[in-house]
Amino acid sequence: MVNLANPTTFVELTRRVLPWLAAATSALFVAGLWLSFAAPPDYQQGETVKIMYLHVPAAWMATFVYAVMTAAALGTLVWRHPLADAAQKAAAPLGAGFTFICLVTGSLWGKPMWGTYWVWDARLTSVLVLFILYLGLIALWRAIDDPGRAAKAAAILTVVGAVDLPIIKFSVDWWNTLHQPASVFRLDGPTIAPALLIPLIVMSLAFTCLFLTLHLMAIRNEILRRRIARVTMLAAAEGDRLAPEFAARGA
Amino acid sequence: MTGDPHIGFIIAAYAAAAATIGAMIGWVVLDFRELNAQLDQATRALDAARGGAKGKLGLD
Repeated sequence: MVNLANPTTFVELTRRVLPWLAAATSALFVAGLWLSFAAPPDYQQGETVKIMYLHVPAAWMATFVYAVMTAAALGTLVWRHPLADAAQKAAAPLGAGFTFICLVTGSLWGKPMWGTYWVWDARLTSVLVLFILYLGLIALWRAIDDPGRAAKAAAILTVVGAVDLPIIKFSVDWWNTLHQPASVFRLDGPTIAPALLIPLIVMSLAFTCLFLTLHLMAIRNEILRRRIARVTMLAAAEGDRLAPEFAARGA
Repeated sequence: MTGDPHIGFIIAAYAAAAATIGAMIGWVVLDFRELNAQLDQATRALDAARGGAKGKLGLD
């Protein structure tokens, strides 16, 4: 089995996998956008339903990325996996990006459909909390100089923040919200017509592939960042080691 | 579709999503280029510290 815990092996693997993932992402986006624009208008929402092909996949990715970060945080805290904190740190800006898309497209859908850009509804508020959590985690990594301490603090905050995920998922069931209840992941099956569901699934696959591609690239960047720190320290140590010899020889 | 009364909202949503995805891709790609340049610079500094110093000390 490939030893993914070894950063060099991981970088080599990403070099081989990334072109294929990027190609799959592009193909899925082309297919997803074509299907989205070819799909019929909704009988109530009209053409505004096209915003859903962005909003729903972005919302799923917003929570999925945080779930990935939570698993990575456990990897850091429990198993001390050498790549876990790199995976967690690399995912945070991507999660923030997907959550931003979810909030903006939801707001742009809400104005024509609900008559308002924003309401302090349980679903909307809990997603806003998720966005703030992402920003807080990014800020935390930047605020602490020691990478080991930063990783541990971020892992603890990530695990604590994971309580927001079930709140987001079940907010539409637990409270009376303006946001509609689940219409795809239901025990009795999706309530969306196939003509609208298929583009939604293809766009969701495109968003998932996009995340996988960017996440692998961002983890590789984190590995490079560590390599630079190590080489810089080695250069400084080498200079210090040879300094007395220079002094002794008057060099 | 162009005759839809809410077309402006649809265009704005797709433009915002495209801009955000573009920013995410740009962040990762530009970061990679910058880090590669930094790694080259750090490696050169290490080589200089090792080779240059050894050369000056007559250890080569």
